[in-house]
Amino acid sequence: MPSRRLLYLAPLAVFAVIAAAAAFYLQSGRDPRLLPSALIDKPAPAFSAPGLEYNGKTIRQGVESTSFKGRITILNFFASWCTPCLVEHPQITALSKTPSVALVGINYKDKPADAANWLARHGNPYARIGVDPAGEIAPEFGLYGVPETFLIDRVGRIRLKQVGPITAQVLKEKILPAIEALKK
Amino acid sequence: MSAEIGHFALIVAAVLALGQSVFPMAGAARRHGALMSLGGTLATGQFVFVSIAFGALTWAFVTSDFSVANVVQNSHSAKPLLYRITGVWGNHEGSMVLWCLILALFGACVAWFGDNVAPGLRARVIAVQGMIGLAFLAFILLTSNPFDRVNPMPADGRGLNPILQDPGLAFHPPLLYLGYVGFSVTFAFAIAALLEGRVDAAWGRWVRPWALAAWSFLTLGIALGSWWAYYELGWGGFWFWDPVENASFMPWLVGTALLHSAIVAEKRDALKSWSILLAILTFSLSLLGTFLVRSGVLTSVHTFATDPERGLFILAILAVTIGGALALYAWRAPALKGGGLFRPISREGALIVNNLLMTVAALTVLFGTLYPLIVDALGLGKISVGPPYFNATFVPLMAPLILAMGIAPFLPWKRADLAGALDRLKLLVAVTVGAAAIVVFLEERHSFAAALGIGLAVWAIGASVLELAGRVRLFRAPFGESLRRAAAMPRSAWGMTLAHAAAGVVVTGITASSVWQTEIVRVMKPGDRAEVAGYTVAFAGVQEVRVGNYLARRGRFTVSESGVALATLSPEKRVYLPQRTPTTEAAIRTTWFSDLYIVLGDPHGEGGHAVRLYHNPLVPWIWIGAVLMFLGGMVSLTDRRHRVGAPRRSVRPVQARPAEA
Repeated sequence: MPSRRLLYLAPLAVFAVIAAAAAFYLQSGRDPRLLPSALIDKPAPAFSAPGLEYNGKTIRQGVESTSFKGRITILNFFASWCTPCLVEHPQITALSKTPSVALVGINYKDKPADAANWLARHGNPYARIGVDPAGEIAPEFGLYGVPETFLIDRVGRIRLKQVGPITAQVLKEKILPAIEALKK
Repeated sequence: MSAEIGHFALIVAAVLALGQSVFPMAGAARRHGALMSLGGTLATGQFVFVSIAFGALTWAFVTSDFSVANVVQNSHSAKPLLYRITGVWGNHEGSMVLWCLILALFGACVAWFGDNVAPGLRARVIAVQGMIGLAFLAFILLTSNPFDRVNPMPADGRGLNPILQDPGLAFHPPLLYLGYVGFSVTFAFAIAALLEGRVDAAWGRWVRPWALAAWSFLTLGIALGSWWAYYELGWGGFWFWDPVENASFMPWLVGTALLHSAIVAEKRDALKSWSILLAILTFSLSLLGTFLVRSGVLTSVHTFATDPERGLFILAILAVTIGGALALYAWRAPALKGGGLFRPISREGALIVNNLLMTVAALTVLFGTLYPLIVDALGLGKISVGPPYFNATFVPLMAPLILAMGIAPFLPWKRADLAGALDRLKLLVAVTVGAAAIVVFLEERHSFAAALGIGLAVWAIGASVLELAGRVRLFRAPFGESLRRAAAMPRSAWGMTLAHAAAGVVVTGITASSVWQTEIVRVMKPGDRAEVAGYTVAFAGVQEVRVGNYLARRGRFTVSESGVALATLSPEKRVYLPQRTPTTEAAIRTTWFSDLYIVLGDPHGEGGHAVRLYHNPLVPWIWIGAVLMFLGGMVSLTDRRHRVGAPRRSVRPVQARPAEA
């Protein structure tokens, strides 16, 4: 009978784990501590994403990882269904106006129509947009969800990773200084 | 003065709740009749005093008593009376009082209408209700007192969040709470049964009406919330997999499983410890739904103001309630005796399939809701997994569920012949496959999803109709006899048929509106026309208006079909004055078969406005279906056996014997 007893204990055990996680979460005060990504300073994974097309029109050309060489690139994963993406959209738009930086987007698990309408509604800052409808590129980058943003240097190495929206503060204190450092 | 009366009444209610948790429990342990019946009196008393507190708070809102801090923060003298009343629960403190009021009401209802429940079990149920009430009354009194005064008294209030100034949202919380809190009764029944160490068929019968009532209200509450999101948020959709929506959906899924496993417990004396676990989980998820939103753990569009102190208090209550219940379950449930045996292919088997799929569906929703939190807790950032995750995990679980739902009523208890049941349904199988094939043939986009959805809907509705026809021997017996049989059919059978067919109606609405929605986004100038799904929409212009407590830019659109004018629609962008908060009011023209939905956006260029036009086919069926489900629950609730059919408990020696595991 001990195994049967254990079965009845399972719900309690699962709950204990969730409760401990929640308590930890509240205690942590949610300081965004930076866990280094395994990808930092490694070459960006090789991929090729077709461009965003809707109604027979190509809205933006696709993205090739080979194109990262020779210029500083901001690679931003976004989706029309993602609320935090809307939060960071003004900052992404600001980034697109930064000189000598290429802003490219990967449209993650989205429908072309939704993505096209979303961009029409909120503005399209991206120089290129690759589509990843089935989420095949995302795992290569260790994506947790959207939005996530990668800063890639002139030789194609990932130098910085931002999980979650780029707020005005993140832009000013983290992204822009990193871009400035790369320009030197 | 009314604030002090309210505060005092809450304190009295808390003291009564303390008595209610102690005396009937002690009475049940000692088989002391007077102590046990004291529980009922105390439950009634708790209800009366929480009502007084709620009445006092309502009075403060209605009379705009700005010496009360809560009224200042959430009301305004220029607000219409209706929203001054609904403002009572449009804030954290007031909604907690409403929550306790409904909890006390359910506790009192067990005392008033629980005559057919064995006295010992009833006393324990009332005691458990008292404990839950005590915990939440203490929470209100210690951290969220709605009657705090403010000095000096301000001249006017800050106004209710304008998004809440809407009839749909005004009545959404009370219905939702009737659902959430209704499951406290099934939870109390589960705890009481574990304490007694005995669960029999009678337990299943006593639990079912409470589960039915709670489930029905929760269904209606969720539907109202989704309808509100549809017409108020102006995104053209009806369900966004938002954490708060998920929070109300999870108890619904597990509650639906409980509703079905309680039938097996009642009719076949099986699945008993499983039903107990479901009863605990349903209320646990209800608590999670109500309180995770307020604890600061979850963030969402409709979150209340949060405060870490409250968060820890709430988590402590959740930990004790849920952890305690599950610990009791781990300790006592292994000793519960299993009942009737059955083969995998049987009605019991089909109901187990329902239970497993519903529970797994709830777990996937729970995982999808908590995963972004876990990522955030690790300090990684706020991300979203969104609809792609839920569509990929949830839909594949619902498909077999609906297949099983169609066939289960054709399977007898204990042992069934699946081939025989399918033989009775062969015509329906053909019609279902045919309907799916037609969809594939007509529609090249999304053909698989569309075919699956429409096929499942035809199957669900068709199976319900056939089951009903079979019961009344339609066309097999003279029509008069069919009518007599229909009249003699138990109400619970009618309820099931209605609710199952309603599920098909909901699936039709979800499929059609997701797959065949047309969305047009464009900048329109006065005089411009747009074509949407056969309608011609002409934009006449925008005017500024002032109504009550808001300013609005109101667009005028005339809708015509092949030259015949049908309607004028006026979507608005409003700015509510005290806080200058903007809201969007979509304009909708419904034919009950489809909606034309217009949203006015921001000005764009010279005289132009961004306009979004949607055509949403069959979208009203989602809410029609939900109302039918509610009615199904209500019809089933009026079944005779819930009123008089109190079965005798299994005969046992009546000596006082403490229940040992």
